[in-house]
Amino acid sequence: MRKFILSFLYIAVFALISFAQDQHDHSGHDHSGHNHSHQTQNTQDHSGHNHGAQDHSGHNHGTQDHSGHNHGAQDHSGHNHGAQGHSDHGHDHHGPICGEERHHEFDAGENAIHHIADANVYSIGPLMIPLPCILYSTEDGWKTFLSSKFHFDKIGHGDGHQAVDRYVLDGGTVRRITDTTFPMGNVPISGFIHKEIDKRHTSFVCYNNKLYPTDAKSTADGGLFGGGLTSFYDFSITKNVTAMMIVCTLLFFMFRSVAKAMDRREGMAPTGLQNFLEPFVTFIRDEVAIPFLGPKYERYLPFLLSIFFFVLGLNLFGQVPFFGGANATGNLAVTAVLAIIAFLVTNLNGNADYWKHLFLAPGTPWFVKIILIPVELMGLFIKPLTLMLRLFANITAGHMVVLIFVSFIFIAGKNGSYLPGLGVGIIGSTLLTLFMMSIELIVAFVQAFVFTILTASYIGASTEEHHHAEHAEH
Amino acid sequence: MIFLVDFSVFKPDVGLLVWTTIIFLLFWLLMGKFAFGPIADSLKKRESDIQDALDEAKKAKEEMAALNARNEELIKEAQAERANILKEAKTVKETIIADAKAKAKEDANRIVATARMEIEGQKKAALLEVKNKVGQMALDIAEKVIRKDLKANPEQVGLVTKLVEEIKMN
Repeated sequence: MRKFILSFLYIAVFALISFAQDQHDHSGHDHSGHNHSHQTQNTQDHSGHNHGAQDHSGHNHGTQDHSGHNHGAQDHSGHNHGAQGHSDHGHDHHGPICGEERHHEFDAGENAIHHIADANVYSIGPLMIPLPCILYSTEDGWKTFLSSKFHFDKIGHGDGHQAVDRYVLDGGTVRRITDTTFPMGNVPISGFIHKEIDKRHTSFVCYNNKLYPTDAKSTADGGLFGGGLTSFYDFSITKNVTAMMIVCTLLFFMFRSVAKAMDRREGMAPTGLQNFLEPFVTFIRDEVAIPFLGPKYERYLPFLLSIFFFVLGLNLFGQVPFFGGANATGNLAVTAVLAIIAFLVTNLNGNADYWKHLFLAPGTPWFVKIILIPVELMGLFIKPLTLMLRLFANITAGHMVVLIFVSFIFIAGKNGSYLPGLGVGIIGSTLLTLFMMSIELIVAFVQAFVFTILTASYIGASTEEHHHAEHAEH
Repeated sequence: MIFLVDFSVFKPDVGLLVWTTIIFLLFWLLMGKFAFGPIADSLKKRESDIQDALDEAKKAKEEMAALNARNEELIKEAQAERANILKEAKTVKETIIADAKAKAKEDANRIVATARMEIEGQKKAALLEVKNKVGQMALDIAEKVIRKDLKANPEQVGLVTKLVEEIKMN
């Protein structure tokens, strides 16, 4: 049953990703306050659809309109959109390209992606709270400042109006201007333009009516998912880091008070918080640690409890509406760290039996060994990989579905211009969102539990002492 | 391509990796040392305390039952003993009464015997005195009678004296 639900969620997340991809491809990348680049490029490709800023007042931007739009890379084939074109400043811009406010069409997929992403600002409701930025680039070294220095709007999407030492805040995330002609220090900028160049999302900064390309921060995917190492690293206290700090501090004080109460009120019946948290601890101990680890469970219990409450706390914290919605456990970096630590704990504690089974597969004929040993070795790494992906996919999928259901209000109401649709949207969206949030609440517990129980089973398998050990869990 | 170009949650950010590692390891360390460790210990201790208390209660109950059984036995024993004692006391009482009766009889008999002997002694003494008196009186009378006849006859005086002597000896 659990596997069924999980596979359903996997399908859901990939469907959503591709859905969001479609949305992304077919519509513009307009954030409010952004100038859309296509207005300068649509002269021959977009016959019939004029995206110039001046035309938008009467233009209908319903989704059906987008069928004729082609914003793919092939669109740009005839144009000089390469980064070098912009650094040359030789690009021909039609009319004013920077500093104009205009309406943007609503894009549920993009909206959802924007909200689950990590950010250098913390948003409580629509209010943006600055966070400390710790940035490192090989050229400029370390830079540390508060993200309020980017002069983003207190209520908005986190687009900075000022560049700080070539760093800018675009949609709540720090980017770096790679062009060395851009001045250092605090420089007012007029806006951002988003383009796709070779299917890569690139953001340009408008300054002095010129476009400057920016780099995203370095990511550890090795370019696999469109990231990779760039000109700078972001070690900032981001939204997710803040959430982790808040959750960990909260959990620490909660459990510290329970530990103290147990000490102080020894021999007395538990009360209050102690009554609430103790069952979780005993549950993990009796249902997870002891069945999988046997008598040596005590050594691993703090680790399993830490994993469980860390994941659960962040899952739940990410679900609090209007409180940042920090999607820490829905971020691959966070789940990757947890999975790597689980992998290390499992394998550093692995006994001789475990390694023998892994590399020699004793008791099987040689032709089975040829298949079994590579499978076992792959399993060694697939286990943490699935741990990482399962948690990430479940939480991200849940958040995206909720966000898209909320977006239904704007879709049905045509972004506020169609009142009956708005009414239907509000009712429908409320019901669907309520339903999805209750599912997410279950998922928050289930995923924390699944992560913990699988970790326990891996540790159990690697430390098992008797001879015919099973390596059942894959 | 299935992955979105700026689907940034899929791109593990270097900074976030570092921070998560630091925060989680710290969390694990501090929680293990100050929260989960002590809690696990306390839970274990409490559970063993509860188990001990339950075991003790069970033991106490068993002891109580054993004690009760013993008490009942004791009561039974005591009752039997009481009956025995009562029975014995009855016999003793009867013996004492019988003894007392026998002794009283014996005493009475002895007293009666003593009294008889006394009476006999008294009677003998009284008789002796009467004999003496009568002899004296008879002598006196005889003296007075004879004096007139025997004043001149010594033979007769001898005889009389001899007779008086015989009376005295009887």
